[in-house]
Amino acid sequence: MVKVKISINCPESQLNLGGIVLMRGNDFEDVPDMPEIKQAIDNGYLEVLKEEKKDEVKGVKEGEEVVVFAEQRDGKISRVVFELLGKAQELAAKLNVKTAAILFTDKDNGLSKELIAYGADKVYLFENDLLKNYQTDLYTKVISEHLNNINAQVVIYGATHIGRDIGPRVAQRITTGLTADCTGLDITEEGLLLQTRPAFGGNLMAQILCKKHKPQMSTARPGVFKMLEKDESRVGEIVNVDVNVSEADQKVKILDIIKGVKKKVNLDGAEIIVSGGRGLGKQEGFKLIEELASLLGAEIGASRATVDSGWIDKDHQVGQTGKTVRPKLYIAIGISGAIQHKAGMQDSDLIIAINKDASAPIFEVADYGIVGDLFKVVPELIEQLKQ
Amino acid sequence: MNIIVCIKQVPDTNEVKIDPKTGTLIREGVPTIMNHDDKHALIEAVKIKNKVGGKITVLSMGPPQAQEVLREALALGADDAVLISDRAFAGSDTWATSNAIGSAIKAIGDYDLLLFGRQAIDGDTAQVGPQTAEFLGVPQITYAQKIEVEEGKIKVERQMEDGYEVIECKLPCLVTCISEINEIEYPSLRGIKQAHREKEVNVMSAEDIKVDKSLIGLLNSPTSVHKSFTPSAKGQGQILKGSAKEVAKKVVSLLKEKELMGAF
Repeated sequence: MVKVKISINCPESQLNLGGIVLMRGNDFEDVPDMPEIKQAIDNGYLEVLKEEKKDEVKGVKEGEEVVVFAEQRDGKISRVVFELLGKAQELAAKLNVKTAAILFTDKDNGLSKELIAYGADKVYLFENDLLKNYQTDLYTKVISEHLNNINAQVVIYGATHIGRDIGPRVAQRITTGLTADCTGLDITEEGLLLQTRPAFGGNLMAQILCKKHKPQMSTARPGVFKMLEKDESRVGEIVNVDVNVSEADQKVKILDIIKGVKKKVNLDGAEIIVSGGRGLGKQEGFKLIEELASLLGAEIGASRATVDSGWIDKDHQVGQTGKTVRPKLYIAIGISGAIQHKAGMQDSDLIIAINKDASAPIFEVADYGIVGDLFKVVPELIEQLKQ
Repeated sequence: MNIIVCIKQVPDTNEVKIDPKTGTLIREGVPTIMNHDDKHALIEAVKIKNKVGGKITVLSMGPPQAQEVLREALALGADDAVLISDRAFAGSDTWATSNAIGSAIKAIGDYDLLLFGRQAIDGDTAQVGPQTAEFLGVPQITYAQKIEVEEGKIKVERQMEDGYEVIECKLPCLVTCISEINEIEYPSLRGIKQAHREKEVNVMSAEDIKVDKSLIGLLNSPTSVHKSFTPSAKGQGQILKGSAKEVAKKVVSLLKEKELMGAF
């Protein structure tokens, strides 16, 4: 069916089209989509009702922001914050609101500007010496009071050691829901935050809603969302907020911060990851992985089985209980591909898998699979890369 | 030193399988275990007790069969065990769960130290510990990789992504433990005997722990599951065939083509 009426271009005041009679002056009416009608439309004798475009350009609503907690350590914004700002932009556009970042620091030093360049429309800046390093009690107090003052719809934290410490504490204090470790965030038709997360070791994905409480809060895994290109010309507002904390609010004392005890594994930012699994046979098997990784300038990943067996440090673990990664290239060597591992790497741009078992589930997510003996294929690969 | 350790019975997620027809979890025949991080928390409690003396109470929330993990905890050295079990708790999210656990801790009473595992392997949320701490109004330290008890306070190494922090906190406080904190131990024969013959699991209802009913259960939970589904598999890739030499050559040319030869 189409909705038509006689157009001003029609010389007649009445049209009989295959038995259907239309009169000039009548409003749009439903007619069947038949050849006579189509022809009359093509001739311009009939006017078709166009779907009204929904371009009521409403002003962006103030105050109901999509807020990102801008985790800062050593005066540097964590990478995941920029990823979350990219996602926040998308969510805010669907909700017709602004994005905002909440930044706690002792000194701004251009951090607010950086947040704006990565997608924050507004930065709530809390500058105070007591907020230099993360502390559960101080940060919870300040952020909870602020969230009670503004009307944020959504708050997202990185699912980091800090984000997973403060998120639940804040959720309990201001009585709202919090969904952990989200790998997908979207807005439903009703304007609710649709939070997708793995459960049961990645065997199942669950979509969670928080219907009756605001703000709707999530922690989201690093490495899952794409950050926007940095744009220094972006304009944003920096709001200095008074900080209402004192030393009396400190319930714990940080005696020391020790860094770089072990070589830092940077799986989050890696462009290439070479990962080893149980197929390596023993701890020494990782020597092959190391050699290949160093030739490719790659980071080393590992399956949970190898970590549990103590072959390699937990920092290398990729998967539901380890890190979620999406490098440009992921090479899985001797990894069968348990769901819990796939959950952490299946969004990599290009996946190459080497395994002797043709039915290994890793081949379900691999772009290129090699069914064969890794102890033959990998040395050959190393040899050819050296040339 | 009175220590309450919170533990959870979980399905062994390594063994969980999906029904390919319905896309739902097959739970039958899946073994249940004491959650790993929780077991480490319990072992840490036993170590602390051996050093400074005191009493360990293990607490769990779940169906009646969760008594199994509490028995295991008794065998590992806990003195008392409490299971809170009630239809009214069913469907609780982390917020509602922490309200129930927090109320149970209040009902148990005297405590200096609350130990939790960092997270459970079925949900992986890591939220119940901090939310319980907030419910009780005690400080929290998460991701503990080392605990030292001193007079009236503790010193904890809190793991960070790139190292660790050393944090001092007055008691009472709540600490969540990661697996790096100690080595797994197994119950002694004597422990197992005691757990089954001399010790009891105290089962308590929502009524018993005097929890506000508006803070627990499915309907009072702020979050709800909208839908669940099995992760989608990517389209089948291509299998490279040939000798080791031939497939290696194909991979190298693939990497060149995609400009992925990082180090060169």
